[in-house]
Amino acid sequence: MLKITALLSSFILPFLFSNSVFAQHSKPYQMGLMEPATPVAERLIEFHNMLMYLITFIVLFVMGLMIYVFIRFNAKANPVPSKTTHNTPLEIVWTLIPTLILLAIAFPSFKLLYYMDRIAEPEMTLKVTGYQWYWGYEYPDHDGLSFDSRMIPDEEIDTSKGQLRNLSTDNVVVLPIDTDIQILVTAADVIHALAVPAFGIKTDAVPGRLTETWVRITKPGTYYGQCSELCGSRHAYMPIEVKAVPKEEFEAWLIEAKKNN
Amino acid sequence: MADHKPGFFTRWFCSTNHKDIGTLYIIFSICAGLIGGGISVMMRLELQEPGLQFIAPGSEHIWNVWITAHGLIMIFFVVMPGLIGGFGNWFIPLMIGAPDMAFPRLNNISFWLLVPAVGLLVGSMFVDGGPGNGAGTGWTIYPPLSDKTGGHTGISVDMAIFALHLAGASSILGAANFITTILNMRAPGMTLHKMPLFIWAMLVTSFLLVLAVPVLGGAITMLLTDRNFDTAFFRPEGGGDPILFQHLFWFFGHPEVYIMILPAFGIISQIVSTFSKKPVFGYIPMAYAMVAIGFVGFIVWAHHMFTSGIAVNTRAYFTAATLIIAIPTGVKIFSWIATMWGGSITFKTPMLWALGFIFLFTVGGVTGVVLANGGMDVPLHDTYYVIAHFHNVLSLGAVFGLFAGFYYWIGKMSGRQYPEWMGQVHFWTTFIGVNILFFPQHFLGLAGMPRRYPDYPDEYAGWNEIASYGAYITFAATVFFIFIAFYTLFFGKKVKGNYWNVEEQTMTLEWTLSSPPPYHQFETQPNMK
Repeated sequence: MLKITALLSSFILPFLFSNSVFAQHSKPYQMGLMEPATPVAERLIEFHNMLMYLITFIVLFVMGLMIYVFIRFNAKANPVPSKTTHNTPLEIVWTLIPTLILLAIAFPSFKLLYYMDRIAEPEMTLKVTGYQWYWGYEYPDHDGLSFDSRMIPDEEIDTSKGQLRNLSTDNVVVLPIDTDIQILVTAADVIHALAVPAFGIKTDAVPGRLTETWVRITKPGTYYGQCSELCGSRHAYMPIEVKAVPKEEFEAWLIEAKKNN
Repeated sequence: MADHKPGFFTRWFCSTNHKDIGTLYIIFSICAGLIGGGISVMMRLELQEPGLQFIAPGSEHIWNVWITAHGLIMIFFVVMPGLIGGFGNWFIPLMIGAPDMAFPRLNNISFWLLVPAVGLLVGSMFVDGGPGNGAGTGWTIYPPLSDKTGGHTGISVDMAIFALHLAGASSILGAANFITTILNMRAPGMTLHKMPLFIWAMLVTSFLLVLAVPVLGGAITMLLTDRNFDTAFFRPEGGGDPILFQHLFWFFGHPEVYIMILPAFGIISQIVSTFSKKPVFGYIPMAYAMVAIGFVGFIVWAHHMFTSGIAVNTRAYFTAATLIIAIPTGVKIFSWIATMWGGSITFKTPMLWALGFIFLFTVGGVTGVVLANGGMDVPLHDTYYVIAHFHNVLSLGAVFGLFAGFYYWIGKMSGRQYPEWMGQVHFWTTFIGVNILFFPQHFLGLAGMPRRYPDYPDEYAGWNEIASYGAYITFAATVFFIFIAFYTLFFGKKVKGNYWNVEEQTMTLEWTLSSPPPYHQFETQPNMK
C-alpha cells in the first residue's frame, strides 16, 4: 500500500524537478536528474527543464489532436469522409514551426556543449584509469599520489558508516571544492566509462586514448557514480565514490594519503 | 491450373513463391520473437529486485550474454524478418501488380540464410565465450571487450560474428531483390508517385540496407581477423583504434534503426488511410519525408558516441544533424493525424495498433530530441533513459507495426479472420503492459541507473519492480497472441477478398484479389493507366 501511495504522489508531483531534496545519490522513486554539485550539472538541469516543457507540450498537443479526431471524426459522428488530401499552407506551417522549435533548442544546446567540454586553465589534474573491474586514480600534481579503488562487497557493507551497496568503495577519491579540476581518463584493458551524475560528467575510458572532462564541485559531500560502458562480467561492480572537501581539508588528506602511499 | 501448388517439401523448402516465402519469414519472426521476448522476461525477473536472484554470484557474465542475445535476436531475427522479409515479400508484388519477386530463387536463399544465422547466434550462447559460455559483448560488440584481449577468448564471439555475416548477406540479397522488383515490375500506369506508401517505405528501406549492412560486414570481418589472425585494426597496442569500430558500427547501426521503423511507417500509412476511409494526406511529402529520413539517417551516426571523446566540433555537428530528423518525422505524425481529420474512422484492431504506434512513437521521438543534444546526452548516455527511448520507438514502434500489419493482413494471407474481440484484448493488454514496462525507465535513466547491469543500487528498486510487472503483462499478452494466431488459422471465419471494405479512393491492389490470393495472383495484369 505504501508503495502505491508513493507511486501516486510521485505522479502528482511535477515530474522532472530534482532540486527539492538534497541528495548525493538517487532516492527511491526519483523521477528527475540528480541534485547538481557542479555548475555543469546545474546548467544541464536548467536545459533539461526547458526541454521537458517543450516535449511535454508536444506530446500533449499530439494527444489532444488525436483525442479530438477520435471524437469528432469517428464513423458515427462523421459518416461521410471528406476528400481533402492537401493543404499546402498547413503543410508549410507544420514544417516551419518544428524547425523554429529545433532552432530554439539548438542554440542553448551548443552553448552548453562547449561549456561542458573542457576547462582552459585547470588548477589541478586527476587522472583516472579503468581496469577490469576497478578504477585507478592518480594525482599527477601531488607527487604522483596514486591508488586503486574497488567496490566494497555486499557482505562487508557497513550501513552504520553510511556505506551503500554497489556504490561504496574501499579507497575514496578525495577532491577539493571550488577548484577547477581537469579529469583525464583512459583504460588499460577494455572500454569503461567514468560517470558521476551529480557532477554531470560521463567520459569513456578508452585504451590507447586519453579523454578529458572537468569539474568544479560547489558543495562538500560524498558523490557516487558507476561504470557506464559495458566492460565484462563485473561491469556493475566498479563504482566511483568521490568525497568533496574544503581545500584545507584536502591538503591535510594529501599529507596523510602520501604517507600511506 | 492457375492455382496449382507444388508438393509440401518443394513448396516450403525449395520455395520460389513470394507469398510462401513471406509466410516462412513471418513464422520465423514469431518463433524468434518468443526466444528474444523470453530472454527479456528472464532479464526483468532478475531486475525485479536489487541484488542477484537468479544469477549465481561470480557468473554475472550470463547477464551480458542475455542482453546481447536479446538485442541481436530482436533486431536481426524478429523485426527485420517480420517487417521486411514477411510483409515486404507478401505485399510488394501484390501491391504493385507483379506476378512475383524479380529473383524468386534469390528470395529463397535470402530466407534460408537466416536459419543457420539464428542457429549460430542461439548456439553461441552455449559454447565457450571466455569468461563463461556465450558472448557477453552487448549487441554493439565493441572491441576490445569483444576481442580476445578483452577476455572473450572462446569461440562464441566468432559464432556470433558469423551469424551476423549470414543475416547481413540475407538482408542485402533481399534488399537487392526488392529494389529490382519495385523499380522494374510495377503494373502499367503505376508511376513511382502512384505507388502505395508501403512500397515507398520498402524501397527506401532496401536502399538503406544495401548501403549500410556491408559496412557492418566490413567491421565485423576486421574484428574477426583481429581476434584470429593478429591484425590490429581495433587494437591500440598494434596501432589500431577501438573508436574506429564504433564509427563503422554506428555508420551501419543508425540507418539500421530506420531500416526497422520505415516499413512500420509504410504499414501505418496504409492502415490509417483504410480505416479513416480517406487517402493519405500529403502523399508526396509523406513519401519524401521517408527519403529524407533515410538520407539524414546516414549522417548522424556519431550521436551514439557523444561520450567517447570525439572532438567538440564533431559533437556540435552531430547534434545539429540529429535534431533535423525531427522535421520529416513531424511531417509524418501530422500527416497521419490530418489523414484521420475529416475521416470516418472505425476502430478495428489494426487501427488500434496504428494509433498506439502514432502516440507512442511521438513519445519515443521527443525523448530522441532530448538525447540528440551532445551536452544533454552526457548524463543520459548508457542509462535507462536510452533504453526507454529506443524501446518506445522500436518495441512500441516497430513491434506495434508488426502487430498492426498482422491484424490488417492476416485475413488476406490466410483467408481467415481473427476474432475482433481477441485482437482488441491483445492490443489493450500489450498497450498497458509496455507502458508500465518502459515509461518508468525514463525516471531510472534520469536518476542515473546505467544500462546492462544485472544488479543495481537499492534506490532504483521501486521503478524496476514496476517495470518488471509491465513485462509480465506484456508477455502474457504475447502468449495470448500466439493463441489468437493458431485460433485464426484453424477456426477463423473465412473472409472475402476485400474484407475491410476498402473504398475506391484508398484501394491498393491486394484487395482486388481473393483471400488468400491465388497461388500466381493476377490472371491478367492490372492496369493503372
